[in-house]
Amino acid sequence: MVNSRANSSNPARIPALGVRVLLLMAASILLMVLDHRQNHLDAVRKTIGATVYPLQIVVDAPFRLWEWVREGTSERNQLQLDLSRLQAERLLTNARLQRLAALEAENARLRDLLEARAQVRDEIRVAEIMAVDANPYRHNIVIDIGERDGAYDGQAIIDATGVIGQIIETGLATSQAMLISDPSHSLPVEVNRNGLRTIANGTGEFGRLDLPFITNNADIRPGDLLVTSGLGGAFPAGYPVAVIETVNRVPQEPFADVTATPSAALDQVREIMLIWSTPELADE
Amino acid sequence: MSRGGGSQRLPVIVTIIVSLMLMVMPLPDSAEPFRPDWVALTLIYWAMMMPRTWSVGTAWIIGIVLDVAQGTILGQHGLALCFIVFMTVRFHLLMRVFPMQQLTATVFAILAMYQFILFWVNGVAGVDVPAVNYWGPVLSGTLFWPFVVMLLRGIRIRVQHRG
Repeated sequence: MVNSRANSSNPARIPALGVRVLLLMAASILLMVLDHRQNHLDAVRKTIGATVYPLQIVVDAPFRLWEWVREGTSERNQLQLDLSRLQAERLLTNARLQRLAALEAENARLRDLLEARAQVRDEIRVAEIMAVDANPYRHNIVIDIGERDGAYDGQAIIDATGVIGQIIETGLATSQAMLISDPSHSLPVEVNRNGLRTIANGTGEFGRLDLPFITNNADIRPGDLLVTSGLGGAFPAGYPVAVIETVNRVPQEPFADVTATPSAALDQVREIMLIWSTPELADE
Repeated sequence: MSRGGGSQRLPVIVTIIVSLMLMVMPLPDSAEPFRPDWVALTLIYWAMMMPRTWSVGTAWIIGIVLDVAQGTILGQHGLALCFIVFMTVRFHLLMRVFPMQQLTATVFAILAMYQFILFWVNGVAGVDVPAVNYWGPVLSGTLFWPFVVMLLRGIRIRVQHRG
């Protein structure tokens, strides 16, 4: 393009610009096809990701420092208030845990009686969301746990109040995760009250999930708790996901219009937990 | 225009790294769609002023790094940055003599082209994105352009007089 018209004595002429740009654009298109259609480029992504990691650390550092300074300088009576609140909470949770142990034992006995498969026991590890913005087109977050810590694609992420999302891309020391509110995220759930199974889709809003496949006569009402059903294979069963907010039954449509509010505050959390599901041996 | 030696390249590389950091810096959710394309603005400036040193090759590599940092389709920003830097290099003599208003209008057009390529790739790949994510960065990028020029001009003059 440029070469045919540009005069070679023109000092502004950049040699072979047109050829270079065409080659590079062809390379981009090839990369996009390989990346999007076949996911062949994980290794490439990881290699370049290693160069991006220091960048992310530097961007995250001031936020970490601020957090550290704030913790270090918080006032004594504030700390005492926190301490007494946490002690009270610990007492309550301990009391609940005692019952849980008994219930777990009972559940195992009953499952034995029914000769059902033993329930999955989960291993959990705490991670932190880095103050780094990910893909501007999606509800993604960057977390500070990667392949070297044992994270894997599709791993479930929760916080203290409910399910947050899952890892979609592991790097060496950081990973990208997709929130359940992403419009392309779907999560198999069940209604905790009666075991009704369905799918919860993200909407692109942090505070709302869509349940598009609930029939008009289904037994579901506002306030019902949705938990993971474990059917998709990615998420272990039984973690709270959302609470039904509205149920709009439309007589002429096959499905009711149902929305739910995620239990976890998706746009506010910083501490998260990763779940490793390891099936217990059934014959023990 | 002299060819950039080692001492001339370092400050430019630093500005590009800073622009990459600004791209991944967290913003409040309401401001998020209006994040200017810092990397595009920086690369347009250096391609306009030193097209022999900073051209389509740099733009492509930086674009790939940006794709990995943001988790977008690999090659998306590479393609878009490569193209707009090509347009800038092609018309760099013209753009250098433009008065600031006209230059800003040109940058508006270039940023719009940039977003159009991103939009087009997203469309082909089936990524659904609210429209504000496309026109937001074009508007804010145009508004910030004069400041980017002021800042980078200072750096460029210091670099070229030293070298």
